[in-house]
Amino acid sequence: MSARPIYIRNCVPVPLADIPACDTGSFCALMQEELDSRARVAAYFGCPSGSRVRLIAAIAHSRDGTIALFSCKAGAEMPSLASSYPQLQLFEREIAEQYGISFAGHPWFKPVRFCAPFGSGRDLFDRRIGDADFFAVDGEEVHEVAVGPVHAGVIEPGHFRFQCHGENVFHLEISLGYQHRGVERLVAGAPRHAVRAIIETAAGDTTAAHTTAYCQVMESLASCEGPPRAHALRALAIELERCANHIGDIGALAGDVGFLPTASYCGRIRGDVLNATALLCGSRFGRGILCEGGTAFDCDSGRLADLSRTVSTVKADFANAMDLLLNKSSVLARFENTGILTEADCRTLGVVGLAARASGIIADVRQDFAHGMYRFSHIPVVTHEQGDVFARAFVRFGEAMHSLDFVKELCAGLPEGGTRAACGPLAPNSLAVSLVEGWRGEVFHAAVTGDDGRLTRYKIVDPSFHNWNGLAFALRNQQISDFPLCNKSFNLSYCGYDL
Amino acid sequence: MIKTLLARLHQGYRTNAYPKKIPALPDRFRGMPSLDAAACEAGCTCCAGACPTSAVSTGGGVSLDLGACTFCAECAAACPTQALRFGRGFELSARNRNDLLTTGNSPVPCAPLEPRLRSLFGRSLKLRQVSAGGCGACEADINVLSTIVWDIGRFGIQVVASPRHADGLIVTGPVTENMRVALKKTYDALPSPKLVIACGACAISGGLYRTSTHQHGGAGSQVPVDLYIPGCPPHPLTILHGLLRLIGRV
Repeated sequence: MSARPIYIRNCVPVPLADIPACDTGSFCALMQEELDSRARVAAYFGCPSGSRVRLIAAIAHSRDGTIALFSCKAGAEMPSLASSYPQLQLFEREIAEQYGISFAGHPWFKPVRFCAPFGSGRDLFDRRIGDADFFAVDGEEVHEVAVGPVHAGVIEPGHFRFQCHGENVFHLEISLGYQHRGVERLVAGAPRHAVRAIIETAAGDTTAAHTTAYCQVMESLASCEGPPRAHALRALAIELERCANHIGDIGALAGDVGFLPTASYCGRIRGDVLNATALLCGSRFGRGILCEGGTAFDCDSGRLADLSRTVSTVKADFANAMDLLLNKSSVLARFENTGILTEADCRTLGVVGLAARASGIIADVRQDFAHGMYRFSHIPVVTHEQGDVFARAFVRFGEAMHSLDFVKELCAGLPEGGTRAACGPLAPNSLAVSLVEGWRGEVFHAAVTGDDGRLTRYKIVDPSFHNWNGLAFALRNQQISDFPLCNKSFNLSYCGYDL
Repeated sequence: MIKTLLARLHQGYRTNAYPKKIPALPDRFRGMPSLDAAACEAGCTCCAGACPTSAVSTGGGVSLDLGACTFCAECAAACPTQALRFGRGFELSARNRNDLLTTGNSPVPCAPLEPRLRSLFGRSLKLRQVSAGGCGACEADINVLSTIVWDIGRFGIQVVASPRHADGLIVTGPVTENMRVALKKTYDALPSPKLVIACGACAISGGLYRTSTHQHGGAGSQVPVDLYIPGCPPHPLTILHGLLRLIGRV
């Protein structure tokens, strides 16, 4: 009988021995079978196993809320499946860079972050940052535009190569790695008390979602169930984070088309939401609010009433700013039919989160893989079919409004009880997976423990890792002058990708 | 048109009055710590053991390096005698790296620029931002200064799009190996005289990433630094205070 994956639920630990270990052939066959069943790769990563590397695939089945796990012991070379399943291409390159395993037949085999391999792995690339074989278009009237790594604003560094024909962009290649600071390696080696603080900065604008994913992974490995009040406070932090970023991004989109009223208002309203987060924990970015076993801060009734009032004001002000924006024909002319990403391309590339929902894909971790508070309280999923800048702005608008309602609802009825449970030693030789819907999309964390229950591997997949190629595709056949607008409509993370 | 005006009325005037009036900070805000070595129990290392960035040291009396501190307050929570507490002071910036090492509860000294530079930059300071491994939080709170709430334009401070237009760099992140050359090139492209501001624990000391082999322990490892702004990330008010202090406006 051929090997079958093991199907697990979000935040349920599994002994490493229970994850089927296949030979290369049946591993590839399983991967194809899984991805052919309209499932999506959540993560595909290497993990040290004795003197060799074990490759683990985690395939997300949104329809029934399960995650398929299967693995194989890798040799020095694996067959590449990227040509048939483009959503795997970046994962294969990442494994190659981290563990020195080459992928035969990979169509785009180059570094991901320009970093040295883990441990004593082979260095397959040995190239310096930015020194890549960029895809180039040839022709008499074709020209290349190179931008970055340092950009003309307060944003993170990345390098962009546009192949242009006049104003028209044939192809955009995005080369990152500038922010690589070694998060995964640091987490696996750091003392446990220092890990949370590092995770909080995996992507500094997604602190609540990343830290929740981390806490859930550790809690599931320690068989610890946080108290209901803690789950509610975590959801509060995640939804406030979503609101702040969505509102800020809509303001920035308005700024990019020169519509300053909404740009100014949303910039201010975003700050009010950040200040609401600071009301909970003292930090505008939710630093320190979460901890293993629950939350480090409680919220008394006066504070909840304050928060609830702030949220009502924010909602009214934001709706007012949006009303201006969505009724301005000069804005709509720039937003509509710009940067279209089709549903088919989203599925091929494995795009997640709001970008996928704006292209008509109904997928949301809060609904499909509900954990914590989201098991009891539901937030409607917002989708749009157009896949353009307008659709991504509209989905943000809808999501922010729903999140504000959700926060208000929670403020009115936070579960009673404590906010923290003891989170003890981790189960040895196990793996746990946690998915959280961050504001950009699916945040994936996986932890692997060794014989002594210490972390031997920690894997993070920020939604940006799936989505950067979505931006590249959205820009095809667009004007290069629309790049800032398209870029902001995705607003992907550099540091979350680079880790 | 009428709708735009009505919206303008609805949204109101929002720019805060700093430095004339200090905007309200949340009650759980963690700012300037105060240390009381006399309250320490002999041989106790609870605070140092709880710190994620080794900012707290107990050798020869308790001391805290604000340049590495993330203001998580785990040390204060771990202290059995409340010898270490986080207050609400937001004025944390310093001109010298050594001034960030605090052992008591005296404010951080921060002198303005010398008169010649102050006359150049006091009413017009253009900055170029370089994120060199930052997580995006310092960058976000620098960005916030350009919103209508803080409106740094009223002090003549502006973030500009080219190093050629800039008087100084504001650096975030621990300076990853992959950003080392880009930071150096950006610095070289600035006309002299030029300033460098290290914003956040990463840019001052490497912060949470100081033990990673992929970074260089902050901006000071590559370029000379004129102002250090502690925090992880620093509150916008802390950043603005540091900038205004530098050019002698507060």
